[in-house]
Amino acid sequence: MSKNLLHVENVTMQFGGVVAVNNLTLDVCEGEIVSLIGPNGAVKTTAFNVVTGVYEPTNGLVSFDGKTIIESFPRGKMKKAYAGENRGMYTHRIVRTPDKITKLGIARTFQNIRLFKSMTVFENVLVAMHMRKKSNLFTATFMLNYKEERAMRAEVEHLLSEVGLLDVRDELATSLPYGMQRRLEIARALATKPTLLLLDEPAAGMNPQETDELTAFIRYIRDKFGVTIFMIEHHMNLVMDISDRIYVIDFGKLIAHGTPEEIQNNEVVIKAYLGGSDDV
Amino acid sequence: MNKKRVCTLVDVLVIVLLFALIAFADTKLNSFDILAKILQKGAVFALIAVSMNLLNGFTGLFSLGQAGFMLLGAYTYAIFTIPTTEDRLAVYKYYTMTMADGTETGGLVQFALPVAAAILLAGLVAAVFAFFIGLPVLRLKSDYLAIATLGFAEILRAICQWKGLGVLTNGSNQLRKYPYFKSILPYFLISGVCIAIIALLIRSTYGRAFKAIRDDEVAAEAMGINLTKHKMIAFVTSSFFAGVGGALFAMYQNTIQAKPFTTTLTYEILLIVVIGGIGSISGSVIASFLYIACSEWWLRFLDADGVIPGVTRNGFRLVVFSAVIMIIVLFFRRGIMGDKELSTYRLLGGLTPKKKKEVSGK
Ligand SMILES: Nc1ncnc2c1ncn2[C@@H]1O[C@H](COP(=O)(O)OP(=O)(O)OP(=O)(O)O)[C@@H](O)[C@H]1O
Ligand SMILES: [Mg+2]
Repeated sequence: MSKNLLHVENVTMQFGGVVAVNNLTLDVCEGEIVSLIGPNGAVKTTAFNVVTGVYEPTNGLVSFDGKTIIESFPRGKMKKAYAGENRGMYTHRIVRTPDKITKLGIARTFQNIRLFKSMTVFENVLVAMHMRKKSNLFTATFMLNYKEERAMRAEVEHLLSEVGLLDVRDELATSLPYGMQRRLEIARALATKPTLLLLDEPAAGMNPQETDELTAFIRYIRDKFGVTIFMIEHHMNLVMDISDRIYVIDFGKLIAHGTPEEIQNNEVVIKAYLGGSDDV
Repeated sequence: MNKKRVCTLVDVLVIVLLFALIAFADTKLNSFDILAKILQKGAVFALIAVSMNLLNGFTGLFSLGQAGFMLLGAYTYAIFTIPTTEDRLAVYKYYTMTMADGTETGGLVQFALPVAAAILLAGLVAAVFAFFIGLPVLRLKSDYLAIATLGFAEILRAICQWKGLGVLTNGSNQLRKYPYFKSILPYFLISGVCIAIIALLIRSTYGRAFKAIRDDEVAAEAMGINLTKHKMIAFVTSSFFAGVGGALFAMYQNTIQAKPFTTTLTYEILLIVVIGGIGSISGSVIASFLYIACSEWWLRFLDADGVIPGVTRNGFRLVVFSAVIMIIVLFFRRGIMGDKELSTYRLLGGLTPKKKKEVSGK
């Protein structure tokens, strides 16, 4: 195995009395494509939200590239109410807002597409350049940063051509067909220059042909941009085809982990899917 | 691309021409002329409306504190520009102070800043207040901002009328005798420069970040945009220009008092923003002049007895005006400009229908 990039350790996310993510531990290594699967409501998205700083976990730790980026333990009301495991194992509190996580090199897409609806395709990606700007409020307002601005635009243009969206650069993002919107959201995430890309159900709502295209596209960006990919997905063909490793969760708990072959033949997984939902 | 350049040039020319026209009007109109007053007030309100639009229209933050920041600007300007000791004694009649050497002085501030410096200070004071309001509030959901700014504006108005601060604010009495522009052009120049700066900010990378926050906070944050910081920038900048607008308003009025800076004033400005189009700078400017002209001038005739016998009388203008506004808000939600800008390019593009490029499903 190559270098460990993302390490999630004993993460528990409790909302009120409900333990959503339950003592989740997983690893994603550099260059891999790893999938997180599980029936509807298995709290996969919530796990992503913890890693990206949207929610502060109730207990546990997340490290990225060898550095602890998020750590928490039950505090305040949760001190009493905490119903998870490993109480007392973590004693530090490290929180980061999503923008800080993105700056560290973790980008994401959303299950229900979240494009900037008043903006064109080009502008949507251009927004992602903002976080790396060198200009300040003054130089940006009075166009003293025109060189940087020009460089930003050139970079976006280049990226759009690489992902095949240059033809539609001036279209309103939300006017694109569904598959292209998904692709644009991935392009926008790539524009933040991530080392790890989190995709939340990138194939949701796609027909088989679009799904095949997406499979090729995900491989393409992995190789072209050198990103590691961690994705949530329901389309089993896509998952089995593309993943190096798969984690399966149900009711917030890890129930299996292994290569696609191992998962396909895993009794527990089959039972969880048959018993939980008719998604497969 | 080149056509766009030419159109921009035409835009600039039109604006220069407009300013030349105003300069010409200054030679023809005396300062009491209703048209002169409308133009002055229109220019002042245009700036304040655009500053509000920066926040409510472009950043998606709902704030209701514009009157409060105007008040800060107006008072700052007035307090720091009353020119001579005699004037100060006359203004602060009830708030004189006896110095160590036994001389009487009116009010606390015993110097006068140059007009330009005082206008800048007016903006800065408003900006500083905005910063401290924003510090706790901007981390929360945006509804809290509306409540906090509304409350702030109301409290501020009360504080300004409080006797304890009389040596500064002259209590509930007027501040007057400060310098003001009699002609129209200075209002247009200052307001125009400020609006241009706001427009530049909006088309910069910061402006794109503001719009991203407006469209989708969650996605904006995932793009590495620090929400609190950028909301703060928008809020402080907006308040700065509302403060400058307040200073201009003080000039336009010649005398200033805390009383008119009510929530109603904020709503009036909000109305201008809505009529012009939320997210359109040119819309706010156009709407400002239309609104002021309607409320102060064009509908005045309705106040005269007997225009329609038995119906029109003093105050009837306001009834009609409210009805007109209600119709606009109910049926023309997007306002005059929607979220578009008025430009030669768009006007020409409107005449020759643009070929819509087909997007293939691939
Ligand atoms: N903010 C919250 N407050 C309370 N409960 C929450 C919250 N967020 C998530 N949950 C819990 O997590 C559950 C769903 O989690 P999540 O959306 O992560 O599932 P998922 O595996 O992504 O499902 P799907 O396959 O439908 O996308 C909800 O049913 C709810 O119980
Ligand atoms: Mg989900």
